Parts: sequence; structure tokens; C-alpha cells
Amino acid sequence: MKTTIVAFLSGIIFSVGLVISGMVNPHKVIGFLDVFGEWDISLMFVMGGAVSFNLIAFRLLTKRDKPFFSENWHLPTASDLDKKLLIGSALFGIGWGIAGICPGPGIVNLVTLKIEAFYFVLSMIMGMLLFHFTKSVWEK
Amino acid sequence: MTESMVLALIGGILIGVSSTTMLGGIGRITGISGILGLSLGKIKAEHFWRYTFLGGLIVGGIGMKISNPEFFDYQLNLPVAHYIIAGLIVGYGTRLGSGCTSGHGVCGISRTAKRSILATITFMLFGIITVALKRALL
Repeated sequence: MKTTIVAFLSGIIFSVGLVISGMVNPHKVIGFLDVFGEWDISLMFVMGGAVSFNLIAFRLLTKRDKPFFSENWHLPTASDLDKKLLIGSALFGIGWGIAGICPGPGIVNLVTLKIEAFYFVLSMIMGMLLFHFTKSVWEK
Repeated sequence: MTESMVLALIGGILIGVSSTTMLGGIGRITGISGILGLSLGKIKAEHFWRYTFLGGLIVGGIGMKISNPEFFDYQLNLPVAHYIIAGLIVGYGTRLGSGCTSGHGVCGISRTAKRSILATITFMLFGIITVALKRALL
């Protein structure tokens, strides 16, 4: 029960952060990626703010034996720099550049009730399912 | 600093507060592509935190839309096919690469995870190339 409440509150805060920062606005995101055009560096401050906060907070928190409301840490253990990581990230970058929308802002954009936001999120879910069913191809 | 930089910084810190709450509270990484991707199958109790996080994203968005609608004052004016193709590639790519801007970019870099640093450099680079190509070709 506590985990679901913590996650719900975190979701709200995350969403408010995405909206205030301008990350939900695809024009701003494309402006940020457009380094050879009229580069809008303001979004650099989103990642800068989030990462500098987390760098300190994560370090302090993970000194604990366990999180506050859970018995275990659930941290990623993979360490190999493999082709899945590289190809997947490259594909994501291409998609991000095409529409200027990444997964979080995509979901938050649903509240605009713009049909394009629904097209994006439904297609993203289809892409995720497609990966699920083709996962074995990448294991070789 | 311009106003949009200040807003970006405030928003970024809120994103940090959120992902720190998730890590400290329930020991989880706030990776939105993973949270969405793993919640798509059968409904299971172990996924409840994923459902409520996604619900929180929507609730937070609705709240902001009501209180500060000016933040949503933009058009989604690309041809519809762009959103569909981008969505498919983003969905597939983030699951294949085990993360997106939140999981790799915000949380992974903060954990100084090599995989996430490499992933972030890669998707930034390909995003920049894609925007440059679109500008040159379209």
C-alpha cells in the first residue's frame, strides 16, 4: 500500500516537473536538439537540475540498508555495454528527434486531449509490445 | 538566466525530487519507459506501484492544465504519420535499450552507471542528427 502511494505522489511531482520545465512542449525539445540551428539550451537545465539533485540524494540514500517503505533495493545490475543498449538508444534518439517527445512527456501530453498525443502514446505502446514479442531475436 | 532557464531548472529539480522519492521510498529507478512497458501485461499486484505512478503522471498533468494552462500553449502540428512513426520507434528503442530520458538520463547518470551514460550520449547524438537531417531535407 505504501509503495503505491509513494509512486503515485512521485508521479504527480514528476509530471509537474515535466510541465514547468517545458519538457512536455515538443517545440522546445526540438529546439534543444537543434544544435546547428537556433539552439535553445534551456532544457539543459532540466537535466542539470535533476541530476545535480539526485547525485547528492542518491548517494546519501543508498548508504541505507534498505529504502524507507520497501524491504529491498531494486537497482539495475546489468553492466555490459552491448549492442542492445546502443541500437535501442540510437532508435530512441531518432524517434525523439522526429516528434520531440519522449515517453514521460508523451504520457503527460494526453491531458491536452490532442489526437496527436494519443497517436504517439498508442504507437509507443505498440512499439513496446513489438519489442516484447521479438525479444528473443536479440538474445543471440 | 532567462525565464525559461529558471523554469527548466525548477522543473528539473522537481524531477529530481520525484526520482529521489521513488528511490528512497521504494528502492526503484524512475524509468518511465520501463514502468510503462512492464505494466502492459496481465494485471498483477507487483505492478501496482507502476500503475499508480503512471496515474500520478496523468493527475499531475491535469492539475497543471487547470492551474497553468499557458504551459500547454503549443501545437502538435507535425503530420500525423510523424507521431505514429516516432511513437513506434521510441517504444521499441527504449525497451531494447532498457531506458529513456528518465531512467538512463536522469537516474542512471546520477548513479554514474556506465551503461546509462553511454545510452544518454547515444540518444542525444541521434536526436541531434535526426533534427539536423530533418532541417536539411524537409
